[in-house]
Amino acid sequence: MPETIGFLKPKQAVLDRRQEIVADLKDLLPKGCLISEERELKPFETDAFLAYRRLPLAVALPETTEQVAAVLKYCSRYGIPVVPRGAGTSLSGGAIPQEDAVVIGLSKMSRILDIDLFNRTATVQAGVTNLNISEAVSGDGFFYAPDPSSQLACTIGGNIGMNSGGAHCLKYGVTTNNLLGVKMVLFDGTVIEVGGKALDAAGYDLLGLVCGSEGQLGIVTEATVRLIAKPEGARPVLFGFASSEAAGACVADVIGAGIIPVAIEFMDKPAIEICEAFAHAGYPLDVEALLIVEVEGSEAEMDTMLQSIIEVARHHGVTTIRECQSALEAALIWKGRKSAFGATGRIADYICMDGTVPLSQLSHVLRKTGEIVAGYGLRVANVFHAGDGNMHPLILYNINDPEDAASAEAAGNDILKLCVDAGGCLTGEHGVGIEKRELMLHQYSRADLDQQMAARAAFDPEWLLNPSKVFPLEGRPAA
Amino acid sequence: MIVHFEPASEEGIASIVRSAAAERVTLAIVGGGTRSGLGNPVRTDRTLSTRRLSGIVSYNPAEMTMSALSGTPLAEVEAALRANGQMLSFEPVDHRPIFATSGEPTIGGVFAANVSGPRRYVSGAARDSLLGVRFVNGAGDVIKAGGRVMKNVTGLDLVKLMAGSYGTLGILTEVTFKVLPLPPTAATVVVSGLNDAEAAAAMAETMALPVEASGAAHLPESVRGRFLDGTLPEGAATVLRLEGLAESVDIRAEKLTAALSRFGPVARLDAAATGALWAEIRDVKPYADGTRRPLWRVSVAPSAGHQLVAALRLQTGVDAFYDWQGGLVWLRMEADAEAALVRRYVGALGGGHASLVRAGDDVRASVPAFEPQAPAVAQLTERIRVRFDPSRIFNPGRMAIGA
Repeated sequence: MPETIGFLKPKQAVLDRRQEIVADLKDLLPKGCLISEERELKPFETDAFLAYRRLPLAVALPETTEQVAAVLKYCSRYGIPVVPRGAGTSLSGGAIPQEDAVVIGLSKMSRILDIDLFNRTATVQAGVTNLNISEAVSGDGFFYAPDPSSQLACTIGGNIGMNSGGAHCLKYGVTTNNLLGVKMVLFDGTVIEVGGKALDAAGYDLLGLVCGSEGQLGIVTEATVRLIAKPEGARPVLFGFASSEAAGACVADVIGAGIIPVAIEFMDKPAIEICEAFAHAGYPLDVEALLIVEVEGSEAEMDTMLQSIIEVARHHGVTTIRECQSALEAALIWKGRKSAFGATGRIADYICMDGTVPLSQLSHVLRKTGEIVAGYGLRVANVFHAGDGNMHPLILYNINDPEDAASAEAAGNDILKLCVDAGGCLTGEHGVGIEKRELMLHQYSRADLDQQMAARAAFDPEWLLNPSKVFPLEGRPAA
Repeated sequence: MIVHFEPASEEGIASIVRSAAAERVTLAIVGGGTRSGLGNPVRTDRTLSTRRLSGIVSYNPAEMTMSALSGTPLAEVEAALRANGQMLSFEPVDHRPIFATSGEPTIGGVFAANVSGPRRYVSGAARDSLLGVRFVNGAGDVIKAGGRVMKNVTGLDLVKLMAGSYGTLGILTEVTFKVLPLPPTAATVVVSGLNDAEAAAAMAETMALPVEASGAAHLPESVRGRFLDGTLPEGAATVLRLEGLAESVDIRAEKLTAALSRFGPVARLDAAATGALWAEIRDVKPYADGTRRPLWRVSVAPSAGHQLVAALRLQTGVDAFYDWQGGLVWLRMEADAEAALVRRYVGALGGGHASLVRAGDDVRASVPAFEPQAPAVAQLTERIRVRFDPSRIFNPGRMAIGA
């Protein structure tokens, strides 16, 4: 397909020195930790934003913080761009490399370093997967709260890069609210530590700035995260509605009534059909929209909260209420929801938008989204985190049809502008990456972006770290 | 405090800043001035107050967000929230009692100093509630960051950076923040007679149970009598707060009582006493004593708090109580601030940070108020600072924390 999203022009001087760079990096790393053969570089050329690919110059897979520092020190000395990579599950192209870049993959740094149940913290290397943390402490009655759908594969380093969310963030917050400290390597190889087991480190909130910085401020090699005691029980309940608008209005009223469940997930009819066909979760097929509402606590607490939610739902003409009867049913309900993207991928190519809107705008934005996509002659499935207004319209298209692909991108851009105009933002949890980079000026003024870039330059004055991402290619400061 | 500038608009602030930057006139940035004791003392050419930049800009209770101009009195914000059954989840400390200051704290000051109370250790700090800001940087540009939605990863999170930057990066003009429903009721489970180490174990056990305690503090015998007019049960009080629907609070209180009765006698406080007690813990009641005896606010891992106090007691006269499951230690020194000693022990016990909240002028002049940073972090901090305030005119020295 024709590429509408550009990358920075590769530095010829770096490309010309490729063999030398590869040889030097091999010297800096243990055997088997540097990839430079084209065939082996292939798996690193894209992430989950599949429409764009770039073969990197080399891939370094360091085993220690010191090795990450050595590679960064070398790259900064010779002006070589660096693209950090966790599991490569980014939906916005955050991990897509460029031809003159060395990818630093954290996959070999996958050890859990310390579990401290007294202080409710886990300290892990950046390549540990999100789910691994929860699994490591589950037997002791704890979990790590942010739960992106890709949690089986995605790494904590990637989660920090994108400030990842997930379905259960409505109650427990996103990555930045659950991150206590990091060890990270700056562009020139300097290793710093920020935060730790003590809350609210002295000085500027560097931890807050680094979280969600998309690998542009440094490379996180270790993280300390907060653990939470598991609730006594949890129960997802399905609420079916005759229209998306009714379901959207119900969400706003539940929150407005001061009820904050653990999760409120939304699916429209196309999404219900896709997920049901894949997971056989028992979703009702005779409704136009479905809410999965999860409550937690003791049986009595869950009953009380559910009663209040049911009352609100009745006001909005709920047509089906289905409480699951067993842990197996509950697991299937979540499996269906968390497989939504994968299941959609079985029937069509798709791009997933990630705008967030104020809850009062949910119904309006849902309706307009449908109109926009239909206007481009495409189909859309909506499956998203409704409780915090974080929408995920999946625009279905055919990646091999250039016209279709261009339409899908254009529809996506229109939807994101709609979200911003409704008082929301371009991305709630997936990050800007390359995907939404050129839309940044729709949300921010030039002065706003200049200030962000100035903060970025305090960390990476030469723009070597993940340089093609986040900020529009035009209007950057001269390095 | 002599205030030289009291602009009533964001543009007014920007224009003052532009001329101040051009002439290298340094500015102290104040809101209500009730917390100006936090951080290092600053000496500036002029003082700029945000007080006239006041008013709630928008409040939509159903979306649980509010926007307010930075000089809006905190009391006005909290009254509007209370009228709608909502609250600031992070329970900002009122610093007036410990500093013996008067005046009205502003919402901008709360976020500029990232002021957070007992619920911080489960619900997050002020910075976690802050969704969006507008500010004037040191060049006089008006910058906005973040927005008014709960989830937003669009670009660098300058919102977090502004929170807790004590007016050294920019002058906040408007803040947008998340609010939460007021819990319908609350109760406090009190375990009596525990020593500091036993209390730490009881609090850790509480946090490992599915009871969602939203407060865990330990009030040793030396301070117990100063809370709730001395009506807490005999002996040191380890207090655990539960909030929520009445039935749920009852169930959880019973569960917690059963789990903690092996530590010592357990009592329960009702909602009214709970509200009063946690406000007193939040505002550091025992040390709001009208003196300027050195007061430290130390944040360490919860397991380290009581060890720090025990170690210090062997060397010097200290009094202390604990919040945040034992990880927040309020340390009142009998005489000398003992900065080197306090910070050495914090380092030895796994790290954290000790902030000198209150002391006499001579001590404040010589002891850095904030924990000194590693050289690489201090350099990075300074690089960030000049990218926001190139002429270094805002609150110079307030955060000086270099090694």
